[in-house]
Amino acid sequence: MASLVVNGQTHTFDVDPDMPLLWVLRDELGIVGPKFGCGIGICGACTVHLSGQPVRACKLRVRDVHGAVTTIEGLSNAETLHAVQRAWIDEQVAQCGYCQPGQIMTAVALLAETPTPTDDAIDRAFRGNLCRCGTYPRIRKAIRTAAVALASKSRLGEA
Amino acid sequence: MISRRRLVLASAIVAGGVAIGYRAMPRGNLPRKLPDSIPLAPGEVALTPYVVVDARGIAIIAPRAEMGQGIHTTLAALVAEELDVELAAVRVIHGPASEHYANEFMFGKRKFPDRVHRKPAQATIAQSSIRDAFVKMRRAGAAARHVLIQAAAARLGLEPDTLRTASGVVIAPDGQRLSYESLAEQASTSPVPQDLPLKPTAEWRLLGRSLPRVDMVAKCTGTAEYAMDVALPNLVFAAVKRNPSIDAPVVSMDASKAERMRGVERVVPIRDGAIVIATNTWYAMQAAERIQFEWASADYPDHIDGHREELQRALDREPYFVALDRGNVEAAPGPSAVTITGAYSVPYLSHATMEPLNATAWYREGRLDVWAGNQAPTLARRVAMRASGLERDQVHVHTTYMGGGFGRRFELYEVKEAVIAAMAMKGRPVRLTYSREEDLTHDAYRPMAAAEFRASVRDGVPVMLDLKLSSASLYGSGRRREHIVLNEPDKGTPRKDTHITMGATEQPYRISNHRVRAYLAERPLPVGWWRSVGESQNAYFMESIVDEIAVASGSDPLEMRLSMLEHEPSRAVLNAVAELSDWGRKLPRGHGRGLAYCLSSDAATAQIVEVRADREGVRLVRAWAAVDVGIALDPGNLESQVQGSLMFGLSAAIFGEVNVADGAVQERNFDTYPLLQMHHAPHVDVAILESGEEIFGAGECATATAAPALGNAIFAATGRRIRDLPFRRHVRFV
Repeated sequence: MASLVVNGQTHTFDVDPDMPLLWVLRDELGIVGPKFGCGIGICGACTVHLSGQPVRACKLRVRDVHGAVTTIEGLSNAETLHAVQRAWIDEQVAQCGYCQPGQIMTAVALLAETPTPTDDAIDRAFRGNLCRCGTYPRIRKAIRTAAVALASKSRLGEA
Repeated sequence: MISRRRLVLASAIVAGGVAIGYRAMPRGNLPRKLPDSIPLAPGEVALTPYVVVDARGIAIIAPRAEMGQGIHTTLAALVAEELDVELAAVRVIHGPASEHYANEFMFGKRKFPDRVHRKPAQATIAQSSIRDAFVKMRRAGAAARHVLIQAAAARLGLEPDTLRTASGVVIAPDGQRLSYESLAEQASTSPVPQDLPLKPTAEWRLLGRSLPRVDMVAKCTGTAEYAMDVALPNLVFAAVKRNPSIDAPVVSMDASKAERMRGVERVVPIRDGAIVIATNTWYAMQAAERIQFEWASADYPDHIDGHREELQRALDREPYFVALDRGNVEAAPGPSAVTITGAYSVPYLSHATMEPLNATAWYREGRLDVWAGNQAPTLARRVAMRASGLERDQVHVHTTYMGGGFGRRFELYEVKEAVIAAMAMKGRPVRLTYSREEDLTHDAYRPMAAAEFRASVRDGVPVMLDLKLSSASLYGSGRRREHIVLNEPDKGTPRKDTHITMGATEQPYRISNHRVRAYLAERPLPVGWWRSVGESQNAYFMESIVDEIAVASGSDPLEMRLSMLEHEPSRAVLNAVAELSDWGRKLPRGHGRGLAYCLSSDAATAQIVEVRADREGVRLVRAWAAVDVGIALDPGNLESQVQGSLMFGLSAAIFGEVNVADGAVQERNFDTYPLLQMHHAPHVDVAILESGEEIFGAGECATATAAPALGNAIFAATGRRIRDLPFRRHVRFV
C-alpha cells in the first residue's frame, strides 16, 4: 500500500508505482478535477500542485511524488473561492472548460511566485497549457484581475 | 445517481392534444404523440419539453451539446425570458435523447435538402442551435408561464388576466404570491394554446445582455461533469487499440501478454482492434499497447503523396458537379483586363478536442445507460442500440459537458466501443477512454482539398472567376457513415456533396462571369465535419484569390470587396472591421494587414489580422473581427465565440496538418500536432452587428476567415503569397 496527501487528506491505495499520479487521482481516488489531455506532459490539462509547485500529473510517476498534492478541488471550499477562480468567473473565461483546471492551477502558482507578472512572464508560465477554445485573451485578463485582487488582499493583511 | 436525471416529456405535454413549444412549425405538422417519451420520475412534472418541475425546483432543458459555445446559457435564457424566472434560480440540463429536440436548422436555411439527409436529428452543428431555438424555446417558456397562470387563477378564483408573474411566482392583485413549483402539478393538466404572443424585444430582461454562463462556476472549480468524470459504483476502465490503417480490420491478434498484465480484467476483440478492460485506465492503456496484432491494410493510399495525387487526379476528370455558372467564364475578358491563375491546397486536419474521446456505459437488468459527450444524442442512441442489440426504450443516453466538439463528437465510435465493453462486463459500468494517440490517429479529418483558379480584373473590377475545387465527400467516406448519417451501408456518395463547394458558392460577390465546379477526390482518409466545414478551406481559397485580384489591379482590398457587394450585412461588417482596426492607417515597418470576408452559414463575417515580419519570423500582432448575427442575444458570449473561433482558425492555418505514412496518421500527439499557445495569441477586438429580423449563430464564422486574413497579412508584410497550408511550412512563426 502507498499513501498520498491530496488536498489535506491522506489516501491509501495499491497500484503499480510507475502509475502516473493523474491516474491514481482520477481512477483510484475519484478526484477528477485534473484532466487527461495528452499523457505526455505538454497540454497542461492535468496540472496539479506538488508542494505548491505546478506539475504535470500525467507524467509524474506516483513513486516520485514526495510532498502534498493540491488539485483544483483543494483550491477552494464550498464557502470561498480562490481569488484566481473568482477572477476566472468575473472575466467569464471558460468555454468548454476542460483545460481550465490546469490553467487555473498554473495561474495560482504563477501569482504566488510573481504577484504582478509581465506579459512575457505570463507567456512563459502558460507555454505548457493548451486551450483549444482560444480563451487565451480572457485568461490573460483574468490573471490581471486576480493579481489586483490578491495584492489588495495582501495589503489588508489577509493573504 | 443514475435516476436523478430521468425527466421530461410526460403525457402532460400532450394534454391539449398537441405538444407545445418544441417546433416552430405550422400546426398541421405537429406530431400527435411522443413516440419516445420518457417517463417522469415520481414528483416530476413537465410543462413543456423544455420546462420540468420537481421537488428541487425548476429545470430548463437545453438539448444541445454544450461543448464550449455557451449554448446552455443562451438556450435557457430564451425559456427563462418568457417564463419569468431568474436564470440563477433554475437548473439547466441537457436532457434526454429525443427526436422532439431535432434541430430544424441543422442544414441551414434549406430545411430538407435532397438526397442523403433523411430528416433533421437532434444535432449540434454549423452554428445552427440558436436559429433553431430562437422562436420555439421562447414559445416553450411562454406556454409554461401560461399554464402556470391558469392554475393560479383556478386556485385563487380570479381571472387569469388579473395575475402577473415575476421571478418564478404568480402574483395576485392583492399581493398574494404562488410559487411556480406549487402550481406545477395542476398546471400540467391545462390545455396550452398554440400561438401565445412573445415579449417584444424592448421588454427583454435577459436576452440582449451578457449573462454569466450557467456552467462557469462548475468549470472553474473542477466540478463540471464531463463523460470522463461520471462517478459510478464498481466502475472499470477501458482503453482501445485500433488498426492504425483506419477502419481496416484485424487479421489476427495475440492478447496473451496483455491479459496477464497487472489490473487487466478482460480483452475484448473488435472488428478493427481490441478493447482492454482493467481496474485503471492506465493499466488498460499499457496493456492495449502490448497486444500483438496483424493488421489488414487501409483502403486509402498508404502515403500522403497518394492523397495529393487523388486530389489532382480528380481535377483532371470531369466535374463532379457544377455549383455555380454565371455569365460566360470562357468569353474573352477584353484587352485592358489582367488575368491571373494559380493553385491552392490545404491538408487534412484533426479536430483535436482537449478532451480525448471517451464514453461510459453500464448494462444491467435489461437497461443500458450511456454517458457521452456527443453532438447527436439520438444517433448515439442508435449506435448504442446496434452495439448492444437492445431496443430503443432500453437505451438511455446521458449527454454530458464536452471538452470541445468541433464536429468530432458525431462519429461515436467511442460510444459503440464503450457499449461493447459494457455488454461484455454485464452489470459493471465501463468507462472507455482513447489515448491521445488513438484519438488523433482515428479521427474523421477535415478533408484535404485543392483549388485551381483563373480570374480577370478590368479597371479595378473583377470580371471573371473560374474556380475548380477538389475534395472528398464527407458522406462517401467509407463505412464509418453507415450507422450515423446514412443508416445504409451501401448508399455511397450523394449526387452532390455541397460541402466541397461550401463557402465558395454562397458568397454574395457580384462577379459577372463566375463559375465554381466541384471535383470528387477518391479514396480519402475518413473525413468529417470540422468546425466551419467546407468554409474552412473554401474561404481560404476565395479570400486569398480576391486579395490576389486586388493586388493585380492595384486596388485596396477593402474597397474592392465593397465594390463587389450589395448585400447590406456584408458591407456593414466590412465597414465595421475597417473602422475598428483603423484600416488604411500607416503601419510600422515590417507590419502587414490582411482582410478576409465570408458569409458563414448566413452570418456575414469580416476579419483583419495584423502581423509583423522580421528576421526571426512572423508574429501575430492583433486581430479584429466583425460579425452580423442578426439579433445579438448575449454580446459577451458572442465576443468569446468569435475570439475563440478565430484562434481555432489561426491554429489550424499556422500549424495544422495531418500526414499519412504506411497507412497510419503520423501526427499522434500535440508535439507533432501543435496548437496555438498563449504566446502566439493576439489581442482580438470584436464588433457584433445586428441587422434585424433573422438570427444567426456565430460559433464558426471567424474560423473560416482566419486563414485567408492571415495569409493576406503575410503577403502584405513580406510580399510572399502562400498558397498552401499550414503556413509554418513556409514561414517561421514566433
